[in-house]
Amino acid sequence: MDAPAPDSVPRAIARHRLATRLWHWVNAVAVFVLLGSGLMIFNAHPHLYWGQYGANFDHPWLSLPRWPGWLTIPSTYDLALGRRWHLFFAPVLAFGLLAFMIASLINRHFQRDLRLRRAELAPRQVWRDVRAHLAFRFHDPADPGRYNLLQKASYALIIFGLIPLMIFTGMAMSPAMDAAWPWLIDLFGGRQSARSIHFIAAALIAGFVIVHLALVILAGAWNGVRSMITGRWRVPER
Amino acid sequence: MILTRRALIGSLAATTLAGCDAIGRDPTAREILFSAENMHRWLHRTIGGRTALAREFRPDQISPIFRGNGNQNPDTPTYNAMAAGGFADWRIAVDGLVARPLALSMAQLRAMPARTQITRHDCVEGWSAIGKWHGVPLATVLAAAGLSDRARYIVFHCADAARGRPYYESLDLVEALHPQTILAWALNDAPLTVRNGAPVRLRCERQLGYKHAKYVERIEAVASLKGIQGGMGGYWEDVAGYDWYAGI
Repeated sequence: MDAPAPDSVPRAIARHRLATRLWHWVNAVAVFVLLGSGLMIFNAHPHLYWGQYGANFDHPWLSLPRWPGWLTIPSTYDLALGRRWHLFFAPVLAFGLLAFMIASLINRHFQRDLRLRRAELAPRQVWRDVRAHLAFRFHDPADPGRYNLLQKASYALIIFGLIPLMIFTGMAMSPAMDAAWPWLIDLFGGRQSARSIHFIAAALIAGFVIVHLALVILAGAWNGVRSMITGRWRVPER
Repeated sequence: MILTRRALIGSLAATTLAGCDAIGRDPTAREILFSAENMHRWLHRTIGGRTALAREFRPDQISPIFRGNGNQNPDTPTYNAMAAGGFADWRIAVDGLVARPLALSMAQLRAMPARTQITRHDCVEGWSAIGKWHGVPLATVLAAAGLSDRARYIVFHCADAARGRPYYESLDLVEALHPQTILAWALNDAPLTVRNGAPVRLRCERQLGYKHAKYVERIEAVASLKGIQGGMGGYWEDVAGYDWYAGI
């Protein structure tokens, strides 16, 4: 990587901007703690309901066994401490996302890297991207720094969909926030609906994390991790 | 290679989780984690103001059964005798930093102007129940007792106990004087049952369930919470480290 690149395609490119890298690692910690402590909080009442209210005599749409200690923070049952972890890192997730969004509008990361272009949505192009992904070809050799449709779509879904959904359903569970912003309750159709959606969105984010880690490993773990620390990403040879 | 990486990630995750347990035991780390409640309180009051009202619901949205939780019967000889007598002898002392200490009977409390509100009760565990509460605004009672300027917190002492400690809770004046903070003596048009806190319980609708002290027998105005019981402002705060600010 230190040797001068002889061909026209550079061997290493500046991939991730500082704001992206900072946010990524802050988020990695926050999401890890929030998922673990969230499962601890869930264990206090492992039933989910739809609507405004829901308790033991009401009909849950989902009842689960309690999550095992190796998945929860803390590892032994302690609702109070689980809440302390969760409520400390919830604002980290929320204000971190807000800061990242502002920075990514200013440094044009969103406009340059995540905006979908018409050509990408053509059925033939979509099919080509899907086939390339299934063959574990994640980068266009002609323009290796560019995200393809599936990458853009999944990052956009997380950044503009799931994380905001987590934040707002989380706020809707706070009785004081419900008093401050009554539209939160209306938005989700009640506190227990918000709690259910919070759990579903958490499961989807956990799924994203698993797929994300698997793809990072497949695409070259060290190169990927290094690029998220230093910003420089070595273009895979093929 | 992939397997070792997988194992690496797995052991990394396990180590990190164990690390979280260690952090959770460290006094300094706990202080930092616990400080979040002050930020939430500040955010809530900045965003919503101090007087934002909790949602009030329609009668058809009331939960069919309002479950009891925590201590569901003080079950002391004194309490049982009071219950047998329909709580005719129950007195609520209002004292501490007040000009005129009171000892209110249930008849006196019922004679005061009351408020009815259909609100949602949110337990810290995650469940919610909607009920119709009827009772006297705490602000009215505190005004009758002549609350001192030095008072900063209102403490609610209860007739129930667990693990050898009496239950108690406290609010600051923002929550205590809030129009929906009432001393409720009726739920769903009937006198409170023992399970739900008979003869009178606190309702503070912007806070989680454990703040809503049941079996209230003494209301004390204080300048500081330090000298009371464990000093953290409530039974669960003392015993288990729950947030004193329970708006979230």
